[in-house]
Formats: sequence, structure tokens, C-alpha cells
Amino acid sequence: MEAVHDHSHDHHVPTGIMRYVTTTNHKDIGSLYLWFSFMMFLVGGVMALVIRAELFQPGLQVVQPEFFNQMTTLHGLVMVFGAIMPAFVGFANWQIPMMIGAPDMAFPRMNNWSFWLLPPAGMLLLGSLLAPGGAGGVGWTMYAPLTIQQGMGMDMMIFAIHILGMSSIMGSINIITTILNMRAPGMTMMKMPLFVWTWLITAYLLVASMPVLAGAVTMTLTDRHFGTHFFNAAGGGDPVLYQHIFWFFGHPEVYIIAIPAFGVISEVIPTFSRKPLFGYPSMVYATGSIAILSFLVWAHHMYTVGMPVEAQLYYMFATMLIAIPTGVKVFNWVATMWKGSMSFETPMLFAQGFLFLFTIGGFTGLVLAVTPIDIQLHDTYYVVAHFHYVMVAGALFAAFAGVYYWLPKWIGKMYDEKLGKIHFWLSLTFFNITFFVQHFLGLAGMPRRIPDYALQFADWNMVSSIGAFGFGLSQVFFLYILLKAIRSGEKAPEKPWDGATTLEWTHLPTPAPYHSFETPPDLRN
Amino acid sequence: MMVFTSIQSTLGGSMKSSVGVRAFGIIMALLPAVAMAEWNLSFTPVVTILGEEIQAVHNLVMWIIVGISIVVFGAMFWSILKHRKSVGHKAANFHENTTIEIIWTVIPVVILIAMAFPATRLLLATRDSTASDMTIKATGYQWRWGYEYIDEGVKFYSTLATPRNQIDGVAEKGDTYLLEVDNPVVVPVGKKVRILTTANDVIHSWSVPGLAVKQDAIPGFIRDIAFKAEKVGTFRGQCTELCGKEHGFMPIVVEVVSEEDYEVWMQAKLAESGAPSFDPNKNFSVAELVATGEQVYNANCVACHQEGGLGMPPTFPAIKGGKIATGSMDGHLDIILNGSSKNPMMAAWGPILSDYDIAAVIAYQRNEINSNGDIIQPREISAARAN
Amino acid sequence: MKTSELNSQNNYMLRKLIVVALIMFAFGYALVPLYKKICEVTGVYDLIKPDEIVNTQVDESRTVVMEFDANTRSDIGWQLAPVDIRMDVHPGELVHATFRLTNPTTSSFDAQAIPSYGPQHAAQYVKKLECFCFTQQTINAGETREFSVVFVIDPSLPSDVGTVTLSYTMFEIEGTKTLGNQAVTDEFYEAKS
Repeated sequence: MEAVHDHSHDHHVPTGIMRYVTTTNHKDIGSLYLWFSFMMFLVGGVMALVIRAELFQPGLQVVQPEFFNQMTTLHGLVMVFGAIMPAFVGFANWQIPMMIGAPDMAFPRMNNWSFWLLPPAGMLLLGSLLAPGGAGGVGWTMYAPLTIQQGMGMDMMIFAIHILGMSSIMGSINIITTILNMRAPGMTMMKMPLFVWTWLITAYLLVASMPVLAGAVTMTLTDRHFGTHFFNAAGGGDPVLYQHIFWFFGHPEVYIIAIPAFGVISEVIPTFSRKPLFGYPSMVYATGSIAILSFLVWAHHMYTVGMPVEAQLYYMFATMLIAIPTGVKVFNWVATMWKGSMSFETPMLFAQGFLFLFTIGGFTGLVLAVTPIDIQLHDTYYVVAHFHYVMVAGALFAAFAGVYYWLPKWIGKMYDEKLGKIHFWLSLTFFNITFFVQHFLGLAGMPRRIPDYALQFADWNMVSSIGAFGFGLSQVFFLYILLKAIRSGEKAPEKPWDGATTLEWTHLPTPAPYHSFETPPDLRN
Repeated sequence: MMVFTSIQSTLGGSMKSSVGVRAFGIIMALLPAVAMAEWNLSFTPVVTILGEEIQAVHNLVMWIIVGISIVVFGAMFWSILKHRKSVGHKAANFHENTTIEIIWTVIPVVILIAMAFPATRLLLATRDSTASDMTIKATGYQWRWGYEYIDEGVKFYSTLATPRNQIDGVAEKGDTYLLEVDNPVVVPVGKKVRILTTANDVIHSWSVPGLAVKQDAIPGFIRDIAFKAEKVGTFRGQCTELCGKEHGFMPIVVEVVSEEDYEVWMQAKLAESGAPSFDPNKNFSVAELVATGEQVYNANCVACHQEGGLGMPPTFPAIKGGKIATGSMDGHLDIILNGSSKNPMMAAWGPILSDYDIAAVIAYQRNEINSNGDIIQPREISAARAN
Repeated sequence: MKTSELNSQNNYMLRKLIVVALIMFAFGYALVPLYKKICEVTGVYDLIKPDEIVNTQVDESRTVVMEFDANTRSDIGWQLAPVDIRMDVHPGELVHATFRLTNPTTSSFDAQAIPSYGPQHAAQYVKKLECFCFTQQTINAGETREFSVVFVIDPSLPSDVGTVTLSYTMFEIEGTKTLGNQAVTDEFYEAKS
């Protein structure tokens, strides 16, 4: 983002590529994260389109089943670890120091490392496609013992996950330390913007859950090559154990993706409602309880492996409990809008899209919470639809809202409002065409991760594929909007959003200078 | 609001013709390829009492959701319409209200508790382990199901029956495309059937939506699940746990028949498993074996080794010109009977194929795909198994 | 706050969080024994330990159907099968069941049987006194051997359980096989890889 560079008044900053390789500036690193995640988002999107192209009609037309499995696997891993998580780390890097009045992140050099671990990891992940036998065709959950049968691509994926995990943990440590130690005087914990709160909680989730995933894939690796039998019944292990360890990470992971999205939405909705966030303390407590509950419900992903009825009951009740804090959040957002003075610029549109569709995702979550219903719908397209409502309409829409909201602050130029609105309506329409119909497929019993299907599923699959291509093209359009704003966007006013109340809007010029808050603002009064 | 209409449509058949969905259906029907499609909106019909109860609880939960949606989305859209700057609405400045926050925490708790009762009752009902009338073991293999009627000792394999050319789009797809097998599971109507699941290689999952059953099959362990079909009919399902390349091609077909028909079928199966299917003294000709061999190859080998034995190296080596099929007969027979110790993708076919089928497929590979000119007689396979 | 003071505070926090991450990595591994322990306590997974019998009062009024089953991997050339398929037993009664292993191959090997139960929660009520699954078994080439298991169904078995399946999956212990005839195929795949 060149505009930032123009405003750099630091004398010993290298220029060109080396500036970004050696940078320790939170804004540069934030931009790097955001661009990296957007590239991975496009790569993962192409994989999704390969999947949808194959599923356009019954029969095998585009790819062979093996490659199809590799696509579903990599699509999941790339989107989760390569696109959504780094995108929100990018937001954290840009925003957290500016929102709490800190000059930079607590560990600027570590910040540089945690970003530069990502490109090699991404390369390893995508490079696994070129390994003999291709990437692992095991699903992003990488269940044993199917992982044992895979070729070298599987090892590359495992190493990629190790590196990505390391990067996430370093990023999280940085974020936690920044938030706890670097706040400006007077910025008490309960005065922090909700985005900062959500990231604090997310960072703790990451530090606690990523190492568990690292353990699970390390066990897979040693089972594959070093004769251990963690997941092999013949050696006294149990394949089901892998699923327990994986989902002990995997369920918090869902919230690692969703919680920063809640944070962005909690900034955007009050700004465009011109009204303070309703129930700030209950938002904080709700987020905290969601985080704690997320460690207590993991086995609801694996009812069909067989477990004692007491366990099924416990997981069913615990899962239903999550509906309460999630409900509180939704109600608070609606109450924030209530009797506000709302305007609907692109960030607000995406926030409304988030609110509507994420709630639908929450509803299907409630359906899936009931164990016997979950067993019927487990591993069907219903679940695929459910988590795409949470991940795409939830996390991705929130990321779009955040980009449109903060872009003027970052680059000092406005995006084209009209094009932004078109992007929203296209995304909303095609998203629903793609994923809403997948509920029907799931109810009718179509299993996930199959390259070909019976004729009764043909109709909705074709609709879904058409929607997917529309959705994909809409995101290329988003790239155009971004580039247009960066190259020839109108100069942003000092405060383009009159309802904004956080420090980056009230205490810093637009665009934000390369070094901000070198002397912290005094917020005690 | 089309989305919302469709949510309601999943609530049951009676609402299937709601306007939004119908309009949507008409638009989509203009696409010729999907004009004859079914546009299912909800569960497949079930023939077990438990399945009906599951669907009833699902519908109940959906109605609760419709109720909550009306309140939440109603408030949301009301404020979007009325409380906007463009209509001159001035922002209020409230940001907390303890009473209302307590209310909207307590109401969901009450709703959830109300939901928990039917959910718990249903869950306990699905965990019924009272005595069953019969037990069938379903073993997941890459990529077919093996069944064993425990009491009678009848064993067979159940493999996808859809011809490869339908999958590749060369031939027209049949009505039961991908949901048809050579040997279906046959069970009597009105009897409680217990299915034990296990797997030979990786995790599979035995799932038949019409019977409302789904149970993972885990290598090294057994799990069990039961159903009692109230009506005769054919019920089709698929493996629902990713198990590798042909995961989408290992369907499950359960035929529920009358008790008399079941007896007839069982007697036939018992007779079949007793007698050898070929005359051990006969010397079969190359042509005879190759003809059967082609069928065996297309049913079992073609998915990996491809048509004409071209393979997909390195994981799936070529048969044509390959070291095994042009090498010694003993080596060829060994890898088919026992699988490969080096490449886990090559399963042992000894327990799956009959002696005659193995002889036939060897003949096909050595005389049709390659041209070695040698064959092995079925009785020699029997001899090879014995040592 | 002074910069140096802030730095030392930050570094302290860094060390703390690294320790948390390391503990969680170890926790991932700790889940392995933890899982086994939980399975043992709940009785789902007591593989190789004789049980102690608490209650030996035979409950003549109740009959439970015991089914026996065995699995062997399809690619190993030998078979384990139950001799008795089905038995009617009274809870509390001492039951002997026999499994027969036939090894028609020319290889000998060590094998381990893993028991498992249907329904799963029946595991804690099937009290095994003797079982061939308690130790590894050495199987000679061409051997046919009978293995026995002696158990008691605990009378506290929930009254709704009518049928209990005891199933063994028998595995070859890796690297104990001798005199295989895989030479040809091994050479083939070595050449390929």
C-alpha cells in the first residue's frame, strides 16, 4: 500500500522489496498479512471452483476422484490457515496499536518473523500438489488412518501446518503482550474497543489450541514414518483418539475464526448506527464464555464414531449452551441498531449481511446440536452449508466490512462506494445461491467429499455450482475495487465515517502516519 | 426474503409449494438439463419409527427457529427501515438496559430447556440395545462393503454395480446411478436388525438415510447400530466418511423384504456358498476366462488401474507392460491374493474374489491387456490359497 | 513507563506465553494416556488386563444373548473365527468361549488380539478372567490353534441390553513375520519407488 510509504518520514527505512522483507512496522506487516491472505483466498477459491465444476453435473467430467479429494483437502486448509486466519491477524496488526494508543506491536522483530513464516508454509502446502502421488486427499481434518496411506504430499502438508501454527502462536503472543502491556494511559481494559477485546480472547484461544494441533499432526507424522502406533489399533492405539485430539483444537479453531469477526462487526455497526455499542460489558463476557465453552464441546463433531450415551448427552447440552452467549451478541447488535441513525455504506452492508447470514448459520448450528439429528446430517452437505454460513457469511463478510471500513484510514483514499455496494449485493446473492441449497442436499442425504453423486442430487448441485462461479467472479471484482481505490481513489476526508469513535479516527490523521502514537495519547480525564 | 421462504419450506412437504420456491423452481426449470430433476427440500422418507421421530424433532426445532427468526429479523429489518439517517431518524444514546439484557438471556435458556426435553428423549430412544432379531456385520473395505450374517455364516461382498462408462459419461446414467450394488443386503420387514460395523483399512461409515442409520466403521473395533424397517422396499445409502479415492463409489443397498422372501433368499445364499462355482476338473480355455475376466476387471480393478491397464503411476502402476502382469505367474497371483506389502493401495483380493474370478482376471490381464499367452486354472488358485 | 521497564515486562509476558504454548503441546500428547485412562475407567477399552469379579451371584431369571465375532485383515492370509457363534448366558455365570485361528500360510508371526464390544457400553460388564488377548501369541506356519476366553457377565448389566457381541480383531505384530513369499512384489514396488 504505497500511500503509507509516501507518508513515511523514517530516514533509515529500506525501499522496494527489502522494505517489506525487513520491516518491523506494524502497518507494513498488517498490509503484508492482508495481501498474503487475499492471494491465498483467491487460490483457495480456485480450488473451490474446481470442486464445484466437477459437481456441476453427475458423472466425472473435470477431474479424477483422487485429485478431487486433494482439492477438498487443500481448499479447507488454504482457506482456514492461509486466508481467514492471516486476514484477521492483518487487521490486528494494523488496528490494535492504533486502537489502544501504542506506537507498535510489543515485539516488532518477532512480528516480522511470524509473517515471513507464512509464504514458505503456503508454498509447502501448495507444493504438495506436485509431490509424487499429489497432496494428501484426506480432508482438512486429516483423519487417521487414511493419512497413513498418503504419499510424500502428506508430510509436506504436516510441515506446512507446523510452520503455520508456529506463525499463529508467535502472532498471538505478540497480540496478547501488546494489548496487556502497551495500552495508552487511561485506556483501561473495559474501555478497549471491542475489536481489541475479541482479539485478546482469540489470541489466548490460539496459544492454547494450536499446539494441540501441532501435537496431533506430529503424532500422525511419527505414525507414518517412525513406527509409533498412536492411531493404529494393531499397536494398541485408536484411530478415534486422533479425532479427539484434532477436534480439541478444531472446535476452538472455529471460534478463532469467528471471534475477531465479531470484533469487526462490533466496530462497524455502532459507527454506522451513530450510537454506542449496546451492552459492551455483556459483549465482553459473552465472547469470553464462548471461548471457554469452545474447549468443552469438541466431541459433538464425532457422534457417529460411537460414544457412551452419557457423553452424547453432555456434549448435546454443552453445545446448546453456546447458543446463549451467541444469542446475546446478536441481540446486542440489533439493539445497537435500534433507534440509531443508520446509513448503509458498504462496510455497514457487509455487517448487515453478516448479521443476517451468521444468524442463519447459528440456527442450523442449533439443529445440529441435537445429537440424533446431527447423526443423520453428519458428513452431509447440511454440515457443509452450516459451516460456510459461519465461515464465509460470518468471517469473510466481516473481513470485507473491515477492509471497506478501514481502507480510508490505511491508504488515505476512498474506495468507489457504488462498486462496493455492487460487490456486496453480488456476494450476498451468489453466496446464498451457492450455500443455501446445500441444506437441501444435506437433508436429502448427499455425503460430503464425493466427486460424483446420484441423480436425485443433480438439481441443487447445478444451482450451487452456478452460485459458486458467480461468487468467485464477485471476488475478482473486489480485487478490482481495491486496486482502483489504491491507484486512483478519491482522497479520503479526515473522518469519512462521522459515527466512528475509536482512537484511530479521533486521534490520528487520515491516512495514518507510518509511525503513530510514538508518544501515547493521555486518555485519563 | 427468498432465503427465508425457503427455510420455511424445509419444514415439511405441506409447504413445498410456497411461492418463492415455486418461482425459483420455474426459473431453474428453464435450464433443460435440470428440468426433470426433483428439487428435494427435506429429508428422504423413512420407514423406521425412530427415523420418523428424528424428523419430527427436526421439524419442531425448525418451528422454534422460525419463531426466533421472526422476532430477531423482525427487529432487525424494522430498525433498518425506520431508524435510518435517510428518513431523518435521530440517534438515541442508550447503550445498556440491565432488565432487557436479563430477559434476552433468560428467554433463550427457557427455549433451550424446552428443546432439551424432546432432544434427550429422542437420544435415549436411539440408544436402544434390547435384544435384536438378527445381526449382520458390515465391514468397510477400500472400496466396497463386506457383509456377514453372523448366525447363518453367510458372507458376501457388495460392490458398486454402476458401469464405468456411465460414470465417464459415455453411456446414459441409470435411475439408480451410483446407488446400486451387485449384492444388496437383504433383511426381513418388521424385524430388529443389528448392524455391527468394522473396517479393514481406514474409517468408513455405514449410512442409509431411508432407515435413519449412520455408524462409523473403525478398523480394529466394532460398533453397533440397529433398525427395524416397517415397510418393504429398497433403501440406498453411501459411505459417509472420507475413505480415499473411491469414497464416492461404495454405496449401500438394503432390501427390506417379507419374511418368506427373506427365507427364500437366505436358502439360495446358503446353497451358493456351499458348492464350488466351477468344475475343478475342467480345463478352462483362454477365451472363457478372458470373457469373465473382463467383467471382473471392470468391476474391481478399473477404478485404479484404468481402462486398458494404463494405470495412474506411481500410486496405481500400469498393468499394460507392467512388471507384475508380464512377470512370473506366481508373483502375479501372489499380489492379487495377498495384496502388496509395499503399496497399501493394493488390497488383498484373495478374500474378496472367488478362485474362478481370480483365474479369469489374471487371464484377462495377461492375454487381453498384455499378450503373454499364459493362463492359470481356477483349481490352481484353490491350491495356492491352501499353502 | 520507561522503555526498558516495558521491554522487561514484555519479555516476561513472552516467556510466560511460550510456556503456555509448550504446556498445550505436551497436553496434546497427554491426551493419549488420558484417553486410555478415561476409556479404562468407563470400561470402554480394557484391552489387556484381567478383570476382578465383584458379584458372582448367577441371575437365573435373566438371559443375555452373547454373540462372538472375529476380524482379521483381509490381506494377511490367515483367519480367526469364533467356534461358538451365539450362546445364551445368565449374568453371573462363568462362560467359556473358543476362537479358532487357522494359519494356512508358510509364515510364522506374533499376533495380538484387540477385543471390542457391541454395544460399546457393554464392555465394562463383560468381565474377562482369562483371555488370549492379554498377551501376544506366536503363531507357527501352517498351524491351527484354539484360543479361549473365560468371562462373566456382570449382573449389573443394564436391563435393556439384550444382546452383547464380543468381537476380536487380530493383528500381526509388525516385523515378526518370517518366511514370507512377498519377495516378488516387494522387489516390484522397490523398483517403482
